[in-house]
Amino acid sequence: MTPGLHHYLIVSALLFSLGLLGVVARRNLFVIFMGLELMLNAANLALVAFSRYHNNLNGQVMVFFIITVAAAEVAVGLALLVALYRKRQTAHVEDLTSLKL
Amino acid sequence: MPQFTDLFFYALAGLTLLFGFLTVLNPLSRSPVTSAMFLVLTILCMAGLFVLLHAFFLAAVQVLVYAGAVMVVFLFVIMLLDLKADERRHINKIAVGLGGLSALAIAGTLVASIVKTVPVSQTVGRLAEGETKALGRLLFESHILPFEILSVLLLVAMVGAILITKKDLR
Repeated sequence: MTPGLHHYLIVSALLFSLGLLGVVARRNLFVIFMGLELMLNAANLALVAFSRYHNNLNGQVMVFFIITVAAAEVAVGLALLVALYRKRQTAHVEDLTSLKL
Repeated sequence: MPQFTDLFFYALAGLTLLFGFLTVLNPLSRSPVTSAMFLVLTILCMAGLFVLLHAFFLAAVQVLVYAGAVMVVFLFVIMLLDLKADERRHINKIAVGLGGLSALAIAGTLVASIVKTVPVSQTVGRLAEGETKALGRLLFESHILPFEILSVLLLVAMVGAILITKKDLR
C-alpha cells in the first residue's frame, strides 16, 4: 500500500507515545530529556507530513523554527542539569525530593 | 519506481520506532550513553522520512543540528558527569508498567482518531519551484521577523547556558 498522510501521522503518534513512555517510566534525568526530544521530533514529523500533503510550505518553516528552539532548549536544559549535578551529585529524579512534604 | 519508495517508507518507519523504543527502554543496557546513541539513529531515520516527504532542507538540518550538534552536547555532558552510581539502581517495575499503560492508552487514542478522521486517499500536490528554493523564499520574505527573533533567542540561550553552569556567580 502506498504510504499516505495517515501512515506518517500514525508513525508520529507512536513516536510521541514512545517519548512519553521515556518521560514517565525512566528515572534518569538524561533519558527523560531524550524522551522530550523524541516527542518534539514526533510533532515535527506530523508537521512535515501535513505540509507535504496539503502542499503548504508554512509547516516546514514551523519545523525549522521548532528545531532551532529545541537546540536552544537543549543547551539551557543541559546547563541546568550540570548545575544541579554540581549541587546535589545526582541525575536521578528520586533523589530530588526537596518539594516533598 | 513508486514501489521502491513505499518500501523505503516502511523500512524507515519501522527502524524509527524500533530505535525510539531502544532509546527509552533498552532491555540490555540502562546507560544514558546507549540511549543517546539510539536517539542519534532515530533522528537519522527521521531525516530519511523527511527526504521521502520531499523536505530535503529539513532533512539536512535534522542531521546537522540534531544528530550533529544537539547529540554531541548531550554526550559531552553525560561524559563530563560521572553517572556510574545511577546505573546500578533497580528499575521501578511499577513505573514502567503504569507508564507503558498510559503511553499505550495515548497511542491508541491518537491512532484511533487519525484512522477515523484522516481520509485515506490524499493527493500530493506538485510545487512549481524546487522545495528548498520555495522554503528559503518563504523564510526570508514572509517569516523574516520570527527568523530574526530566533537568532536573538539563540544568543540568549547561549549566554544563559554559560551563566547557569558558572561555578560561582559573582
